[in-house]
Amino acid sequence: MRKISYREALREALREEMRRNPAVFLLGEDIGRYWGGAFKVTDGLAEEFGDDRVRDTPISENAIIGVAVGAAITGMRPVAEIMFGDLTALAMDQIANQAAKLRYMFGGQAKVPLVIRTPFGGGVNIAAHHSQSLEAWFMHVPGLYVAVPSTPYDAKGLLKAAIRGNNPVIFCEHKLLYHVEGEVPEEDYIIPFGVADIKREGEDVTVVATLCMVHKALKAAEILEAEGVSVEVVDPRTLTPLDKKAIINSVKKTGRLVAVSEDCKTAGVTAEIAAIVAEEAIDYLDAPIKRVAEPDTPIPFSPPLEQYVIPNEKAIVKAIKEII
Amino acid sequence: MTLTANLTKNKLVEMYKMMVKIRLFEEKVFELYAQNLVPGTIHLYTGQEAVAVGVCSALRKDDYITSTHRGHGHCIAKGAEIKRVMAEILGKKTGYCKGKGGSMHIADFNIGMLGATAVVGAGIPIAAGAALSIKLRKTGQVVACFFGDGASNQGTFHEGINMAAIWQLPVIFVCENNLYAMGTRQSIAMKIENIADRATAYGIPGVVVDGNDVLAVYEAALSAVERARRDEGPTLIECKTYRHRGHSRVDPAKYRPKEEVEAWLAKDPIKQLRERLLQSTILTEVEIQRIEEEVSTEIEEAVKYSMESPYPAPQEALEDVYA
Ligand SMILES: Cc1ncc(C[n+]2csc(CCOP(=O)(O)OP(=O)(O)O)c2C)c(N)n1
Ligand SMILES: [Mg+2]
Repeated sequence: MRKISYREALREALREEMRRNPAVFLLGEDIGRYWGGAFKVTDGLAEEFGDDRVRDTPISENAIIGVAVGAAITGMRPVAEIMFGDLTALAMDQIANQAAKLRYMFGGQAKVPLVIRTPFGGGVNIAAHHSQSLEAWFMHVPGLYVAVPSTPYDAKGLLKAAIRGNNPVIFCEHKLLYHVEGEVPEEDYIIPFGVADIKREGEDVTVVATLCMVHKALKAAEILEAEGVSVEVVDPRTLTPLDKKAIINSVKKTGRLVAVSEDCKTAGVTAEIAAIVAEEAIDYLDAPIKRVAEPDTPIPFSPPLEQYVIPNEKAIVKAIKEII
Repeated sequence: MTLTANLTKNKLVEMYKMMVKIRLFEEKVFELYAQNLVPGTIHLYTGQEAVAVGVCSALRKDDYITSTHRGHGHCIAKGAEIKRVMAEILGKKTGYCKGKGGSMHIADFNIGMLGATAVVGAGIPIAAGAALSIKLRKTGQVVACFFGDGASNQGTFHEGINMAAIWQLPVIFVCENNLYAMGTRQSIAMKIENIADRATAYGIPGVVVDGNDVLAVYEAALSAVERARRDEGPTLIECKTYRHRGHSRVDPAKYRPKEEVEAWLAKDPIKQLRERLLQSTILTEVEIQRIEEEVSTEIEEAVKYSMESPYPAPQEALEDVYA
């Protein structure tokens, strides 16, 4: 199968969905013909679809999402880009109070087919305003879906599903994944939300990880294979809806859970996964649950500081060894 | 107040009737609240009827509006069924939102009423987005976005109107300046007297109108709507008006000087229109009486309907989160 990058996979999904449905349009800061997106995901799309459908906006995050909400409830399928995940904070009212709640408040009258693409995560030394991972904020808002693709294949299939769906989706990308290549078929496919992918099968321990952490978990699994430990890596692919069944089934098989995520530990993604397993599968556990996540600090700038806070494969190996 | 040549007698009577309907509806809501039949809070539109009616009379059926916490009047003026508005206010299953929204979140997508948001100012970018959607879909509709003087100090006002201006979107921004945001007088919250002046900053027309003169509101709205439909972009219309009652259910509005309240009560928009209609013999006292009776009957029916309607089943709380 051909290999393309995560960035190209996202762009293909956008291009194909825009060709497929004239209601799909893009808006965001510097996504158009002059820049092509801060991470170049939308590069070339304005040339094909025009400035109306690949719409550069002023630096007004709350209005970008507000305008997208207004367009979504009146028949369009906007895909908004927020240049950096941290900046979703500026649009939080429109995301959490409007996009997420309108349908419910109006008794099911509104449909909000809105996708918000944004890159989270650290590792590129751009400090605390451009590096945080905030998936858990959005998991805490009923009415939103949260997608977390870790591979080009997942990125394309999930983005297409997000655009075709009828609910607001926070589509979490990761800055370190854009250049990563992987196999992506030429033909049309979608990945339904709420279906986890077993990225590697194993017998001794379940590692649940998302985004960049999937790749680090896979590295940890390789390291441990040499030492005779068989690691299963479960990638939920969407955090809302969450494929609890896949996680619980894996834990039933292995009897051990390590939850890994790049966000802060307190009230984060790993807390939810650990709680679900504790609540629904504790009888199958042969050891305490382990969590590998960031300490509760903003993301620091200096490379040694940043590398210290972002979980790596060593931390995952260590956590696994503690319960094997 | 002068009667404009371009309004038919029928339309004038319709507008009058609509204002009376909103007034009596709100008085009824207040009465039910006093009997402890309304859960939560209410923000009555009494005194501001000329704005909703003037603006909505300038709209087509398929045009959109967005509304606020003080939204009953907007819904009714756009053509909502009052029995379903009342049922929603009482938290009943037959309400517009099946009891999930209440007084502050009434929506009726069938009549282009895109709903009320209670986050002050949040409707402004949403209205701009509906207008962008109209422009992309080329349907020739227009959006009217209602918000208060308080809302005009939100960032959404700046962000949303700027975007609507640069993209020349078919939306009219209707600022209902009732001089107060809760207890905060306009002069405490801004240095300017006319909020419409802010339009200059976005390169769009800003118009000040007497918000208690329904015909003045109608004319300003109509010319802004026509401009929007000609694809010439948004207008900011500031309607100077006053709420007759307190901000919300528990507010005795002690922060407002007595003389100010009296002066504004003397400028009651319904009284003004009634006098004009009588003077110009468009309506007689008897006809006015009949309009009030008709409206009262309709409201009594709405009350009966909503009182007799069941509450939603508790587990319906779990529905409608996702499409
Ligand atoms: C963002 C936000 N801040 C505060 C409130 C609480 N609040 C509700 S109404 C209101 C005053 C709004 O004033 P204005 O926009 O002038 O509308 P009016 O009530 O006068 O119709 C406030 C502060 C809110 N609902 N939303
Ligand atoms: Mg006010």
